[in-house]
Amino acid sequence: MPIEISEKTIKRDFIDKVIKLSGQDINLCFQCGTCGGACPMSDKVDTVPRRIMRMAQLGMEEALEEVKSYWMCASCHSCTVNCPRGLDIAKVMEALRLLTLRKNVNMFEPSSLDAETMRDLPQIAMVSCFRKLTS
Amino acid sequence: MKVSYYPGCTLKTKAKNLEDAAVASMAALGVDFEELTRWNCCGAVHSLADDDLIHQVAPVRDLVRAMEQGSDKVVTLCSMCYNTLARANLLMRQDEVKRKTINDFMNEEKDYHGEVEVLHFLNFLRDQVGWDTVRNAVKVPLNGLKVAMYYGCTLMRPRNVAIEPIGDTRIMGEFLEAIGAAPVDFPEATTCCGSYQILANPEAAHDVSGRILESAIRAGAEAMVLSCPLCEFNLSKKQPEVLKKNKISREVPVYYFTQLLAMALGLGQEACRFDLNSECSVELLKNKNFPV
Repeated sequence: MPIEISEKTIKRDFIDKVIKLSGQDINLCFQCGTCGGACPMSDKVDTVPRRIMRMAQLGMEEALEEVKSYWMCASCHSCTVNCPRGLDIAKVMEALRLLTLRKNVNMFEPSSLDAETMRDLPQIAMVSCFRKLTS
Repeated sequence: MKVSYYPGCTLKTKAKNLEDAAVASMAALGVDFEELTRWNCCGAVHSLADDDLIHQVAPVRDLVRAMEQGSDKVVTLCSMCYNTLARANLLMRQDEVKRKTINDFMNEEKDYHGEVEVLHFLNFLRDQVGWDTVRNAVKVPLNGLKVAMYYGCTLMRPRNVAIEPIGDTRIMGEFLEAIGAAPVDFPEATTCCGSYQILANPEAAHDVSGRILESAIRAGAEAMVLSCPLCEFNLSKKQPEVLKKNKISREVPVYYFTQLLAMALGLGQEACRFDLNSECSVELLKNKNFPV
């Protein structure tokens, strides 16, 4: 499906927010795809990190809101340590998550956990999941 | 030199086997190791957003507690706590503006500038205790036990808090050799187990955990050793589901590295706490005639 990219479609304020939240100059990405090769979830996600980076560079705010990949990210930092441009890609994924979570949206519902699951779960699993996926 | 010990939430509840074995081992090695008298949850994950300083307050408070205790080092066992505390410490050392904001916010606390060094227990064993001391204290060498060294993510990434340089990791192997076991390196030693996605995307987490277990089996390991309670949950507690989903026919016994240390030091069950591990983990040690 062709995608129209023009000065009209590029959301400059969105690009600025991603850069400000992540502290990363996303324009450094030159689309080598090393991040996706390093990502343990790359065979399961709908959009590999290389593509997410390009969409962010082009300010494709609405299209990025549909992407599920960064909700499957486990913040393992494999992309970050392998990026030849020195970009902390994990921080860009966090910025994209926060732009949704800060609208008071939960991507995981803590109340969905039943008592039996809670009984066995290590605290760090719950704390980290709620930190990453709830508002 | 005084060393503080930060346990973290999970070690006091779901990972007693990680903690009990470490505390008893330290006593057996004659190391002075003082638990922080007051501590709070570190937050489990480091905040990655540049404007999010409020989540740095929890780990920094723990570092202030260690400083108040008069320590220049704080040791952690849990990999996630290590990562969170070490990254908060780096922030306080390196970012003057954020340091001032955080110190101003916590105006009831003493100002903190990164005075305390955050160490993982493996580094502490190597650099402060020494492999020779460990080797000499071993009473039950784990001869013939082929153990896959699983580091996971948070001990190794990002680079500025990695317990050893990425690509040149020897510490777990040196540890296993010191207690007489045979370390088995394998390709997925630093691959993520799925972490907290076990809650939101359990199928995906089971897949990556399966890849790790299969890789360890192929490399010839009989068992796996690790230091993170969340990795232990995904790779051991959830192992029946992982094996079934990935059609893996063999179980993999999983231990915390501190449990193998305690067993090698000749400490009893109240220290090793193998009662909290899976059945196959106990079976393997019995078959090898180790004292369990």
